[in-house]
Amino acid sequence: MKPTSAAFKEQATRALDDSDLQTALGRMRTHYVGSITSARERLPEFEALRDAARDIKNHTLAHLDLYLEELERKVTEAGGYVHWATTAAEARTLIETICRRANARTVTKGKSMISEEIALNAHLEKAGFKVVETDLGEYLIQIRNEPPSHIIGPAVHLTRAQIEADFRRHHKHLPAGRNITEPVALVDEARQVLRQQFITADVGITGANFLIAETGTTVIVTNEGNGDLTQILPRIHIVLATIEKVVPTLEDVSTILRVLARSATGQEISNYTTFSTGPRRSGDPDGPTEYHLVLLDGGRTEILASEFREALRCIRCGACMDHCPVYHAVGGHAYGWVYPGPIGAVMTPALIGIQQARHLPSASSFCGRCEDVCPMRIPLPKMLRYWREHDHALARRSDLSQRALRLWAWLAQRPAAYHRASRVGLGLMRLVSGPRGLPHWLPFTKGWTRHRDFPAPEKGGTFHAQWAKRGRRTS
Amino acid sequence: MALASSETARTRSERPRVGLLVTCLVDLFRPSVGFAAVKLLEDAGCLVEAPGVQTCCGQPAYNSGARSDAIDLACQTIAAFEGFDYVVTPSGSCGGMLRKHYPELLKAEPEWSGRAASLAAKTYELVSFLVDVMGVTKVDVSWPAKAAYHDACSGLRELGVREQPRKLLNTISGLEIVEVADRDACCGFGGTFSVKYPEISNAIVADKTKRVAETGCNLLIAGDLGCLLNLAGKIGREGRQIEVRHVAEVLAGQSGTPPIGGRS
Repeated sequence: MKPTSAAFKEQATRALDDSDLQTALGRMRTHYVGSITSARERLPEFEALRDAARDIKNHTLAHLDLYLEELERKVTEAGGYVHWATTAAEARTLIETICRRANARTVTKGKSMISEEIALNAHLEKAGFKVVETDLGEYLIQIRNEPPSHIIGPAVHLTRAQIEADFRRHHKHLPAGRNITEPVALVDEARQVLRQQFITADVGITGANFLIAETGTTVIVTNEGNGDLTQILPRIHIVLATIEKVVPTLEDVSTILRVLARSATGQEISNYTTFSTGPRRSGDPDGPTEYHLVLLDGGRTEILASEFREALRCIRCGACMDHCPVYHAVGGHAYGWVYPGPIGAVMTPALIGIQQARHLPSASSFCGRCEDVCPMRIPLPKMLRYWREHDHALARRSDLSQRALRLWAWLAQRPAAYHRASRVGLGLMRLVSGPRGLPHWLPFTKGWTRHRDFPAPEKGGTFHAQWAKRGRRTS
Repeated sequence: MALASSETARTRSERPRVGLLVTCLVDLFRPSVGFAAVKLLEDAGCLVEAPGVQTCCGQPAYNSGARSDAIDLACQTIAAFEGFDYVVTPSGSCGGMLRKHYPELLKAEPEWSGRAASLAAKTYELVSFLVDVMGVTKVDVSWPAKAAYHDACSGLRELGVREQPRKLLNTISGLEIVEVADRDACCGFGGTFSVKYPEISNAIVADKTKRVAETGCNLLIAGDLGCLLNLAGKIGREGRQIEVRHVAEVLAGQSGTPPIGGRS
């Protein structure tokens, strides 16, 4: 998809005015924050597991080349094919080629954020394939022609009433008088519509939560079972994943899985955690006859070599956005690309460029809750601050807020002048303050006073002036 | 409140010398918070000084990506405060800046990294200093009110300030403490965030004041003036009958001072 992150501000304002969205976000916040917290609290060793999970990923990233080579060897030994792609375009072409060689008509898909990142659906549809998303959330946004708004709940921005309307519009072959007001009826209908697609599909494409080097296994963590049907029923299974998804051993995956589901949905373990190793072997009752792993770099090597390396520990649980006040306020679409929330504000500038995404790291109150809940202990606020430093270095010196910042910093490094200026400034502020505090025409107060009063300063002068007057020690 | 002149040099020397980092917001907008902090520290047995060469800890520059300005201000603050036994500040956010971010900011500056680390080790947010270091267990104050305590983010997550203020507030006669739903959520201030993204900041603070009002409190207390100005400004605009005050004022029993925003 074409990024619209540059228009974050306008998109955020629209989101704040969208009452359906606000209803959906309110529900999502209540649900996720509570269940994730209680899942964490129920596991006494959760904090120790976070440390262990972080260490596993740090180790893997430090030896990424070796583990990727091992992974390739093991996948090949199991009878699978490994394809390396440096760019999104290469990955799209590789997948298209596999589908063509298979004379495929219908392609089913499990949920994959990388597929969103490389805009795979649009590419395959243009190439003439019928592409069907089988994850309920992904299916919903596919029929609405929307990008995902959350990395694990792509349609979390929708209300039940909106979904009902979409189904009525899209499933014209079903009786118009049917009752689908209850969530369970909606799920049944989706299941009924999708079931036929699973059976007719020639190729199934899934993402991967993990790639296991020692066994050449790819792992998907799901709740609906659609991922399993996607990868088992068609003749060909294609796994699309970026290189940082690799972990060394089965044991390592077991450790990280324990923090993943708890942080993602508040479950102890997801309904399905499925391990796939190669194609169907002789004697296997089912499974694909061909198994392909498309390994995409997609800018990860550059991130690995940068100060943003720790972001590659991300296991895409979504806890950072579930707990983010900015995400709670505006939802995922305002961020303008594939990854929203704090991890999106770190990854998006790295993947599409800071010039296009400069708002994302700035639009944070630095409350730190994301880092607090991140199971992989990614220091998200620190990384947002790094981006602000990049952005600051690029900003025009004539920019008004830049000039104000420079003037303030200059003054703050001259204490005597600073305290004189404070006294003068305070006097002026008190002079112009009304019953609602500071007026809106002061520099930089307008944004504040549109929605809030700006409390007037207290009477009596600055603290330092009063302190000196009282003859107290100033060293 | 000068020290009694009869006090001997010996008892003075046993008392910890505390440098008060007033914070630029308290200096300008609410000096009474600074004086409340001085009273609480002196009552706990500290000698308090407020170095006149302090201005701002540099956090606005640091969070705006202006790293070199932040470094200059950090060095200035270190030089002003490193001679004290402790550095105490009525703000979790400025305290977090000194304690957590100075060492990170100056780790590549050989002349400063050690000094930043030793300053960090003796820097405390006011209420956690009183409870954790000075061993204060109660205050002798009466303040009849139903109060919600908001955990300002930096103090909560960077310094672990959560139980200490509740512990002391609970010893105030007449004060009932109530908890706000999803109490760990931010108030939406975030420094320059509040004016760079005013619509989002407003949505966050409106959600917070709604949850605060749902507790039925008539007093809202927090430990960071930035958050308090934001909360008081929103509560004032909404016309809610809730007083907003800094935790130091309440613990010091400064009920004579008008609340933030002047409403009561």
